[in-house]
Amino acid sequence: MEGRKIKIALTGNPNVGKTTLFNALTGSRQHVGNWPGVTVEKKSGRVSYKDYDIEVIDLPGTYSLTAYSMDEIVARDFIIEEKPDIVIQVVDASNLERNLYLTTQLMELGSEILIVLNMCDIAEERGDRIYIEKMEELLATPVIRTVASQKKGICDLLDRVIEQKEIQQHHGHEIGYGTEIEDKILEIEKVLAEDETRDTRYPLRWISIRLLEGDSNVREKISKSPVYDRVMQIIDSIDQEEYEAEIADKRYLAINTVFPQMCTRANDKLTKSDMIDRVLTNKYLGIPIFLALMWGAFELTFAFATPFMDMIDLASTWFAEYVSSSLQPAWLASLVGDGIIGGVGAVLVFVPNIFILFFLLSLLEGSGYLARAAFIMDKLMYKIGMHGKSFIPMLMGFGCNVPAIMAARSIEDEKDRLITILVVPFVSCGARLPIYVLFAGTFFGRQAGTVIFGMYVLGIVIAIISAKILRTTVVRGKPAPFIMELPPYRVPTLKTSFIHMWDNGFMYIKKAGTIILVGVVVIWALASFPWGVQYGSENSYVGLLGHAVEPLLKPLGFDWKISVALIFGLVAKEIVVASMGVLYGAGDNSNVLSDRLIADSGMTALTSLSLMAFSLLYMPCVATVGVIRKETGSWKWTLFAIFYGIIVAWITAFTIYKGGVLLGY
Amino acid sequence: MSEDHETTLDTLKPGEKARITKVRVKGTARRKLMDMGMVAGTEIELVRNAPLGDPMDYNIKGYHLSIRKEEAKQIFINKL
Repeated sequence: MEGRKIKIALTGNPNVGKTTLFNALTGSRQHVGNWPGVTVEKKSGRVSYKDYDIEVIDLPGTYSLTAYSMDEIVARDFIIEEKPDIVIQVVDASNLERNLYLTTQLMELGSEILIVLNMCDIAEERGDRIYIEKMEELLATPVIRTVASQKKGICDLLDRVIEQKEIQQHHGHEIGYGTEIEDKILEIEKVLAEDETRDTRYPLRWISIRLLEGDSNVREKISKSPVYDRVMQIIDSIDQEEYEAEIADKRYLAINTVFPQMCTRANDKLTKSDMIDRVLTNKYLGIPIFLALMWGAFELTFAFATPFMDMIDLASTWFAEYVSSSLQPAWLASLVGDGIIGGVGAVLVFVPNIFILFFLLSLLEGSGYLARAAFIMDKLMYKIGMHGKSFIPMLMGFGCNVPAIMAARSIEDEKDRLITILVVPFVSCGARLPIYVLFAGTFFGRQAGTVIFGMYVLGIVIAIISAKILRTTVVRGKPAPFIMELPPYRVPTLKTSFIHMWDNGFMYIKKAGTIILVGVVVIWALASFPWGVQYGSENSYVGLLGHAVEPLLKPLGFDWKISVALIFGLVAKEIVVASMGVLYGAGDNSNVLSDRLIADSGMTALTSLSLMAFSLLYMPCVATVGVIRKETGSWKWTLFAIFYGIIVAWITAFTIYKGGVLLGY
Repeated sequence: MSEDHETTLDTLKPGEKARITKVRVKGTARRKLMDMGMVAGTEIELVRNAPLGDPMDYNIKGYHLSIRKEEAKQIFINKL
């Protein structure tokens, strides 16, 4: 039976348990994607209850509905333009006052609101008292208690949603802003109303208030209106900063007049969370604990991921061989075996890493520690032109650049985020280690360890210099102000972390996967054609390409074979080692390869150093390129990342090589 | 309320309380700070500095808000 439809939107401040409620409501019937045109995540799901078919849209968590961030614009545009039947605001009962600020803004949007009081247990444990009936009366909206993490109150909530949908009784609620501002609001409303072509979904009062607050997004929305100039005349006549402050003041004043009647707050008692903070953000202990936690998370990721990665690697190698030997004709076997399965293997091999990193990241976020990590590292990051929130993605880069770039999503400011995405590829990931091990081991003997460590340092230094350069050229300006809530520590819900992990892992496979596959097939074709040559040999296109770029790489001390290996390294950097093996006829045996490199290649310690530096810095591997494209949503920045990397790598390798030659090595 | 000296938020020591008198921060940060509850008349307490000295962790309206000294210098207060 086709149920009656209800569309609800979930909104609320960050860290109030909105996602947990969304998961409790919709279970596994979720769909994750992006809002059109922006990188903000869009989640929706369905729930059948009684004979209703309820669609739930999870709006981004925001403190307000001004135009401060893309999240806020997405949330309010949805509420206004899509007109959900009911907007549910999830409210943290232990932090009522600030949460109600968003409520005042939702009311101005003219939407049907229902308030879900979450985390009552925490508030009550602290000794707060909340009078729900009084709250319903004063706010003129239904208020429902839930403990989403224990699925308490969910049925009650759904009953109230249906009830409210059926009675369709709208409670208007307005905040008065005082005579002066109210007069201006009326004046603007009047002018706006003259425009008969206006978008009637937007309440006039709301537009007027937003304009008085200097909302550039709303200003743009009415810029085509015939009355625009007259409206702007009114706006230009006021002291906007003064109005902005006054309006925010009045909203909090409105909250303050009703707040004491619906809640009595316990005296400032030291909470458990405060006590934890005394240790975790302690002046002396804060940094050591932070480093230990990060190191632990890192070790855990690799300890867990490595066996799975090896299994995937083995399986895809076996499968590729099996397919190659059983398919006809030969070119098809090679395309499917070497190309597609090898390529898919290269994509899948990162999946365990990504899943585990995202799981741990979600645990850290849910516990409240992630905000502290940014708090602890902000000063250091700010010095190099980045935001405290950039630290975690940079750190994850040592494991794998792909999830690191995806983790940059938590950075709200577009510029801060872009810089992070652009410099993460210089952080030396796990796949580059085999290259260092081979060359440093072959040419540096006892000093190999120092050389490898030096490569890691080089990556960090280049990342820092790049951040500085980008800040003064293409991504100008200072890092965004650090204005961040440090939420109370909580025990994270495993279910939320699992869902988060799954969503992100799956996104990677789906979106980045296609680009990676194309990249891999292109390289396969270069190595296999013209048809009949040995795969990846001197006469194949990649061999010709190697010869073609040789003059460019000559100044770095590289011959055509190294050039070919570097081209293959674009699939995944560790492939540089395997292709050197093929080119020098050493197969998989690294000892044989070491001997051959010393005997036949004409390489010296200096060229190997130049090559290691170049491998570290030159264009990111296809998986990283795929994810840069996905996360920036722009080919322009993706190409920039590629060429910038190549140029930086060339300059660095050139400096090392020529410098070494000059010094007489 | 003591009206004696107006000073800025960055001069507050851990454990000290104050009342906000004016937010002189410019740009989008101003909007955001106000949305987060930094409006005139609100009580604010410095809980602690970050281990490296900056940013600061304040208690405002019953929750923890962290901002850099740079912004705190442009927020005016009366110490309580």
